[in-house]
Amino acid sequence: MSGFEPVIGVEIHVQLSTRTKMFCGCELSFGDPPNVHTCPVCLAHPGVLPVVNEEAVRRALMIGLALGCEIAPRSIFHRKNYFYPDLPKAYQVSQFDIPICGRGEFVAIREDGSELRVGITRAHLEEDAAKLTHLGGRRAGAEESVVDFNRGGTPLVEIVTEPDLRSASDAVTFLRQLRQTLLFLGVSDCSMEEGSMRADANVSIRPVGSHEFGTKTELKNMNSFRFLERGMDAEIARQEGILRDGGRVSQETVHYEPETGHITSLRSKEESHDYRYFPEPDLVPVAPDPAWVDELRANLPELPLSLRRRMVDDMGLSAEDALVLTESPELVAYFMEAAALADPKACANWIRGELRAQLRDAGTEPWESKVTPAHVAALVDLLAAGTVSVPAAKEVLAGMIETGDQPAAVVEAKGLAQMDESDLAAVIAAIVESNPDQAQQLRDGKDKVMGFFVGQAMKQTGGRADPQAVQKLVRELVLGS
Amino acid sequence: MALRDLTAAEQVAALQAGETTSLELVDAHLAAVEADDVEAFLAIDGDGARERARAIDAMPERPPLAGVPIAIKDALSTRDIVTTSGSRMLEGFRPVYTATCVQRLQDAGAIVVGKTNMDEFAMGSSTENSAYKNTLNPWDHQRVPGGSSGGSAASVAQRQVPWSLGSDTGGSIRQPAALCGIVGMKPTYGAISRYGLIAFASSLDQVGPFARTVEDAALLLRHMVGRDPMDSTSLDWPGGITLPTATDLAGLRVGVVEELMGEGIEPGVRVAVDSSLKAIEDLGATVVPVSLPSALSGLATYYVLAPAECSSNLARFDGIRYGHPVPADNLLDQYEMTRGQLFGPEVKRRIMLGTFALASGYYDQYYGRAQRVRTLIVREFEAAFEDVDLLASPTSPTVAFPLGDRTADPYAMYLADVCTIPVSLAGLPAISIPCGLSEGLPVGLQLAGPAFSENRLLDSAHALEKALAFDTRPPGLVT
Repeated sequence: MSGFEPVIGVEIHVQLSTRTKMFCGCELSFGDPPNVHTCPVCLAHPGVLPVVNEEAVRRALMIGLALGCEIAPRSIFHRKNYFYPDLPKAYQVSQFDIPICGRGEFVAIREDGSELRVGITRAHLEEDAAKLTHLGGRRAGAEESVVDFNRGGTPLVEIVTEPDLRSASDAVTFLRQLRQTLLFLGVSDCSMEEGSMRADANVSIRPVGSHEFGTKTELKNMNSFRFLERGMDAEIARQEGILRDGGRVSQETVHYEPETGHITSLRSKEESHDYRYFPEPDLVPVAPDPAWVDELRANLPELPLSLRRRMVDDMGLSAEDALVLTESPELVAYFMEAAALADPKACANWIRGELRAQLRDAGTEPWESKVTPAHVAALVDLLAAGTVSVPAAKEVLAGMIETGDQPAAVVEAKGLAQMDESDLAAVIAAIVESNPDQAQQLRDGKDKVMGFFVGQAMKQTGGRADPQAVQKLVRELVLGS
Repeated sequence: MALRDLTAAEQVAALQAGETTSLELVDAHLAAVEADDVEAFLAIDGDGARERARAIDAMPERPPLAGVPIAIKDALSTRDIVTTSGSRMLEGFRPVYTATCVQRLQDAGAIVVGKTNMDEFAMGSSTENSAYKNTLNPWDHQRVPGGSSGGSAASVAQRQVPWSLGSDTGGSIRQPAALCGIVGMKPTYGAISRYGLIAFASSLDQVGPFARTVEDAALLLRHMVGRDPMDSTSLDWPGGITLPTATDLAGLRVGVVEELMGEGIEPGVRVAVDSSLKAIEDLGATVVPVSLPSALSGLATYYVLAPAECSSNLARFDGIRYGHPVPADNLLDQYEMTRGQLFGPEVKRRIMLGTFALASGYYDQYYGRAQRVRTLIVREFEAAFEDVDLLASPTSPTVAFPLGDRTADPYAMYLADVCTIPVSLAGLPAISIPCGLSEGLPVGLQLAGPAFSENRLLDSAHALEKALAFDTRPPGLVT
């Protein structure tokens, strides 16, 4: 309707959660006092040299393999030169024309179950800059700027996508599922708030049907997916406004202010950098042994996309079930353990539904609770066997959360076992007899009144009645059918 | 015979035999270091040296080099000893760590007496680019000692120390060794760890020894080579360095690089080199002409690649953590003013050259092209070494030139390295030994070999050294 189509590509920086930094032995940390994790190498003392962290290479390769990237048999590091106080060498060791991971593709699943395919341009290794804090104001107006070199030299993987995304919502769907995949790989904490995952979006728009790209702007470093999505939508709207007024979008870096919803231009003059990239002479090429790469490929954990496909195709789950249950590796493991013992669909319903709902107040996740996956499966089996009713099962679950006991033990302790049919029939007969008005309404075809009988039955049996059985008995007694 | 006249190997032997003590040796040398008639030293660690000498004398078992004094080029990081790389930018800078090669020598018992003068950040061929002072050539105090490791070369020629360390990027060990009449060696790139060597041009920089004899150079090298986990470009050393013993050169094929024997080589240098080539033949080797067509493009190639790397390597000296920041209104002005005031003219010239060579739009034309020529030079050396075992040429086209003679003409200064640069670009080992005098000043002969041919190079140079019997004592030097 608008006549314009957004074109979006994203760049994601992921801090690897290795024990030590990219080029020296200093430990990674978050929240420690400033400048305690430093050494001559990461402080760039005269004469020092970098040495590549093999674990960082391993994790970069895992990311590349998970994204279906071509792994370079021999990649090299480059120096990216620029002066800034957060960069003690005045160059960042990064990769340029021969990154460790080349072209790949990531498949995300939208909520409606449709596939979203995003081309990966590259994924390369580099080091993070130190953390600069401006006291008493922003940038040029600051009273004082201080540097914390703890972060300087943290290994980063930068993932760059093709401009394959056509909406802010698709971009965020992609980013969320990419984050999930990285969490499953165990390569990074991927915390947007702590900055261990940072995303920039390149946004342009073009007339629908056009194959040319419009001028793009770069939306910088949002610290949540929600703000990123809003920011992209705001930027798309801003660009549309400019084009409709006959103006031209200028290539610049922009910033989204979540408080006001406004887009502001971040830096224009400072941006005209010439980084003077050239091959880093202090490092030898990264040439991973093909046998090592094969071993890493063979040992990759099962990733969310494959898990989701398996859940839908083989286990009878809905696309939405699968999306929710693959939120984290822990939740998947929890579900899979339960699903191996009882009906997967029922396990999925109970885990993503009632169990998480009841645990939410305590702020606990299922795998942290006293309820084991085997107990969930046992509960699902009790329901299937008709031993407990659905309402009773919810109460049983509450008991399990509290005590960590087997569901059967909770049923026993709380007397929640379903009544057998002859006992229940006596209760129903009494209810019908003492409520003649409601019985008449039912005879008159007012089916809604059935809820009243079920409620009464539950109340008088302490939840031990099966609602289906109650309805059947009421119908037989009142309607004779 | 004075203690200072003993070679390092002789000092080791005298110590092992109990004929002298480390303290005696250190005191004898320190007297000359402190007098410093040739202005070779930037920092002297007399107290520290005597303290270590006493400690070594007290050891029941002496480490192999204990306790022979040594001087270290100021480009090498030495813990707690001021290290400036010849620059105002690092005035008063005390490193918190010691370079791997220096540490290995100290572990072997060598005693560091001080740090030697050099061209600022190793950029120059006369040591006149030092921010602090000129070093004098022991053979003629009106002349330069060469550079950039001029202080290390002069200190050995002056017998202030029996040996020293230098660094060689395009000839900074070999050329001053030639001009001061001593032995200087640049090993294969990667043979000695660069960890702690303040970088000029990382893909070319290599540490190496100065000594008065080839045997001493071998002895020093032996204790430095081998892989260092702190330098990923350092390499395992197959078999170690053996001390040279050869007395002839029977069966050896020596190529004479035609392109480095023609125009620009002083007649006196030519005569001395020719007569040493004759001596090589007399020792049983075959001498044949060899062509390295791209050798003369080496200088231009080098003056693109080395400045490009230095423009990046020296960017960390921004005045915030080193040097004294010049106050300014904003960060960029502060960088520019600090660097403008604290770097010398040659360093600034090379930073600008290198920045230009890497600029987007010029990269392919300069840096990219220079890399391709470098590859060509590597291949030409490889081809040459299919026919011959070693290559011979003058080390420097001239003998030591007068102080001030070339400071106004950078290109004339750059030409001093025309014979040494091609070998550096190819990453190969080469040694310069004194081969005669021209107008009373020493002439150096450069022998180069394939990668890791150090043992053959040292053995051949040793046999030739004995045959030439060059007297390394500068005229008038009293020890």
